[in-house]
Amino acid sequence: MGRPVQYNTNLDNKKPVIPEGYSGEGFHATTLDHLIGLGRSHSLWPLPFATSCCGIEFMATMGSNYDLGRFGAERMGFTPRQCDVLLVAGTISKKLAPVLRQVYLQMAEPRWVVAIGACASSGGIFDSYSVLQGIDQVIPVDVYVPGCPPRPEGILDGIMRIQDLVKNESIRRRTHPRYKQLMESYGIE
Amino acid sequence: MTNEQIQQALSSRFGDGVWGFEETFGIFSCYIKADLNMDILRFLNEEPSMGFQFLTDITAVHFPDKKDEELCIVYHLHNLVANKRLRLRASVPISRPDIETAVPLYSGANWMERETYDFFGVNFVGHPNLVRILNADEMNYFPMRKEYPMEDPTRTDKDDEMFGRG
Repeated sequence: MGRPVQYNTNLDNKKPVIPEGYSGEGFHATTLDHLIGLGRSHSLWPLPFATSCCGIEFMATMGSNYDLGRFGAERMGFTPRQCDVLLVAGTISKKLAPVLRQVYLQMAEPRWVVAIGACASSGGIFDSYSVLQGIDQVIPVDVYVPGCPPRPEGILDGIMRIQDLVKNESIRRRTHPRYKQLMESYGIE
Repeated sequence: MTNEQIQQALSSRFGDGVWGFEETFGIFSCYIKADLNMDILRFLNEEPSMGFQFLTDITAVHFPDKKDEELCIVYHLHNLVANKRLRLRASVPISRPDIETAVPLYSGANWMERETYDFFGVNFVGHPNLVRILNADEMNYFPMRKEYPMEDPTRTDKDDEMFGRG
């Protein structure tokens, strides 16, 4: 009897990620970049900045059905000083923009930002005098999650994109001239 | 308390200062002269037969086509004992949108007047702290006035490519 999904063909791609390096019997040698990236990517501490309906979807993502904890991002930190990923879920008004920027400035490097949903990415339906038209006007954004609001799967995908970034970026990316230029364009030291 | 009693009391006391009595959407309402607003509010509040002691809301409407009466300030009053509501409307020209503050009479008017100033630019003379309350402090216009195009072509903060109209 035909079933819609008989087995998951994607499983082959989901073998444990082993960083590039030199392997032998009982040892594996790789670069520090890869090792640190691997460690960081599976122990991200998210900081939820949820202001509206996307925040509700994010709560579902945190819950047991979707379980963000499977990705090593279990520990929500409600303080920017301890967190790695800023998850902006919801409409940001122009009056709130300086607050969001302050939260971002208080996060320590390395830090990443996910804009969850249409409002955080672009202002969404709020083509209005009072709404910030995308948080990338005040802080740099690494991953945009589309949707109004996005499903928890979408948010999980965004987190996984962040994990890919964390795994593959150089630990010296943050001292790179291009990164500094990006920060300067936002007026952040 | 009936509409006729209110109309009678206001007309005999203020004469030409009140006009246009009507009942719309279940609320009795009338127009008042803008410079008599506090006299009328104080009369309605303190006169025992009136007893409108609760100020429900202050807001404004912008009528761009009404010459010298562009801004209409609306007071909603409530007599809690008789459960009777009353709506007062006062018009001021947009070139000089001054009206006396109701804060000495109703403390609750403080934030309502700040909001009305914030969105319509009505200048409540004598208000203790007439600054923006909801919008960003650096905003330099009054957003609810009907003097802006629906889609402002000069806006730079909207990324049209995000909306398929770039």
